[in-house]
Amino acid sequence: MSGDPALTRDDAAYVARLARIDLTDDELDLYAVQLAAVIGHAAEIAALDTEGVEPTAHPLPLRNVTRADEPRPSLDRAEVLAQAPAVEDGRFKVPPILGEAP
Amino acid sequence: MTGPWGSATSPAPGARPSPALDIAGAVRDGSMSAAAVVEKYLGAIDEVDGELHAFVTVMHDSARLEAESVDRRVAAGEDPGPLAGVPVALKDNMCTRGVPTTCSSRILEGWRPPYDATVVARLRAAGAVVIGKTNLDEFAMGSSTENSAFGPTHNPHDPGRVPGGSSGGSAAAVAAGLAPLALGSDTGGSIRQPAALCGIVGMKPTYGTVSRYGLVAFASSLDQIGPLTTTVTESAVLFDVIGGQDPLDSTCLERPVPRTVSALADGVEGLRVGLVAELVDGVDAAVGARVHEAAGALAAAGANIDNVSIPEFRHGLPAYYVVAPAEASSNLSRYDGVRYGLRVEADTAEAMNAATRAAGFGPEVKRRIMLGTYALSAGYYDAYYGQAQKVRTLIIDALASAYQRFDVLLGATTPTTAFAIGAKVDDPWAMYLSDVCTVPSNLAGHPAISIPFGTDDGGLPVGVQVLAPALGEPVMFQVAAVLESRAPVLAPPRVHAP
Repeated sequence: MSGDPALTRDDAAYVARLARIDLTDDELDLYAVQLAAVIGHAAEIAALDTEGVEPTAHPLPLRNVTRADEPRPSLDRAEVLAQAPAVEDGRFKVPPILGEAP
Repeated sequence: MTGPWGSATSPAPGARPSPALDIAGAVRDGSMSAAAVVEKYLGAIDEVDGELHAFVTVMHDSARLEAESVDRRVAAGEDPGPLAGVPVALKDNMCTRGVPTTCSSRILEGWRPPYDATVVARLRAAGAVVIGKTNLDEFAMGSSTENSAFGPTHNPHDPGRVPGGSSGGSAAAVAAGLAPLALGSDTGGSIRQPAALCGIVGMKPTYGTVSRYGLVAFASSLDQIGPLTTTVTESAVLFDVIGGQDPLDSTCLERPVPRTVSALADGVEGLRVGLVAELVDGVDAAVGARVHEAAGALAAAGANIDNVSIPEFRHGLPAYYVVAPAEASSNLSRYDGVRYGLRVEADTAEAMNAATRAAGFGPEVKRRIMLGTYALSAGYYDAYYGQAQKVRTLIIDALASAYQRFDVLLGATTPTTAFAIGAKVDDPWAMYLSDVCTVPSNLAGHPAISIPFGTDDGGLPVGVQVLAPALGEPVMFQVAAVLESRAPVLAPPRVHAP
């Protein structure tokens, strides 16, 4: 390997935006360096010849599992809503999604 | 030497005192009450845990109620089950209805799950008493339990050192005698590594044998719940209690889970054991020496030992540190300030999400989410995530050919013994190297167990690891039992229940 791949603060800021985390400039600088170091190790496998190798997403051969379509008790709505930071009319309450005042 | 309860049955030659089995035996035959047992352990936690910080929540009230219920059943002539009256500590990433489940993260502070994890229900059905929730690296991301929002856990053998992680609270609790049994979760070594560093037994089951319902997800294709115990026998008993299909977890195996207790006395005569070069070369000298001694002990017991090299294991760690963060970045998107836990208010939903996650997640969780998001982002997906998935196949294929020659594989659990608190916090890759011997089993979905086998020159415990193919738990326990019976007896930890 010829050193770790460079990652700029702008790259880190782009990733942080995708991940929906507000990071400070200091955090962005730190993570740019640390991510580059870890990705440098991941580059060791990026260079392997895996021609013809099937990817493994999961250790088990998964198939879709369904249960019989019969009504049964579910979690209590009041108990679930009691855990939410904000609730209105029996529903979760969130700030405007489209940026307009309600 | 006996456990805090004395020995109710005379142990087989070489067998170690099993506090959990002693308790269950005494509670079932009425010679001891579950209420007295739980008081003794609650008292020990209150007295000693200030030094260790193994627990995040101690469940005084509910534990007493559960113990009384066990005693009532015994008085009524019923059998409460194989773990009657045995206190069990749970890593705090397993849901307990009405009891805070924090994942040692600020983002879940105050959250009280509206349901129990399946393993919790199974423990109680077996008569066990849930005594508390233990500290972990936030969302199980770490190898030292230093990444906890509530501060680190200390190693009972040397409180200046880490207990390992991420199930460090569970490992420290069992090692210090604050709980006879504990559950942890193992995504890349998080049961086996802290077990090794604390001198106890830690086992990661075959993927799909233990329900993940109610286990807060970190990396769903790797996570498994498993036992942390003082002895191999207790590990097998606890695995038999928690294993089995669950309609609430669609990734449970559809095949029956093998029973293991019956295999414990089978010995290793004629078994083929592969000593894996990649799990011995490059580890600290004392750790490597103990692994060779363990191989010698198995040979003396009649096993056939041979060396084997699995070069693909060298790619395990980089592949793991792509796959696990990628899955984590997806799983942790649920912490958005809407349905539970922390919310930091802002004008728009997106700003609220981002501010909440900034305030709620600690540095390592942010780092892993960033790493996973990067590895899954446009332009990098094939090079990193896609390639890591192919490396996973290479490791599975390499193990399959190794298991044509061997019944089990042997190696170190960790490259070092317990390191000083603070030693690796500024260098993520140095910390990640703690997982180098354990990640292959997670990537393959195979079982593996760590057994204490001697110490380094400073008296710190060393763990030896036995790996087996999928559903190979019986043969794995067979070998583990022999190793345990031939291992040097560890001195009690410096910090221990009175």
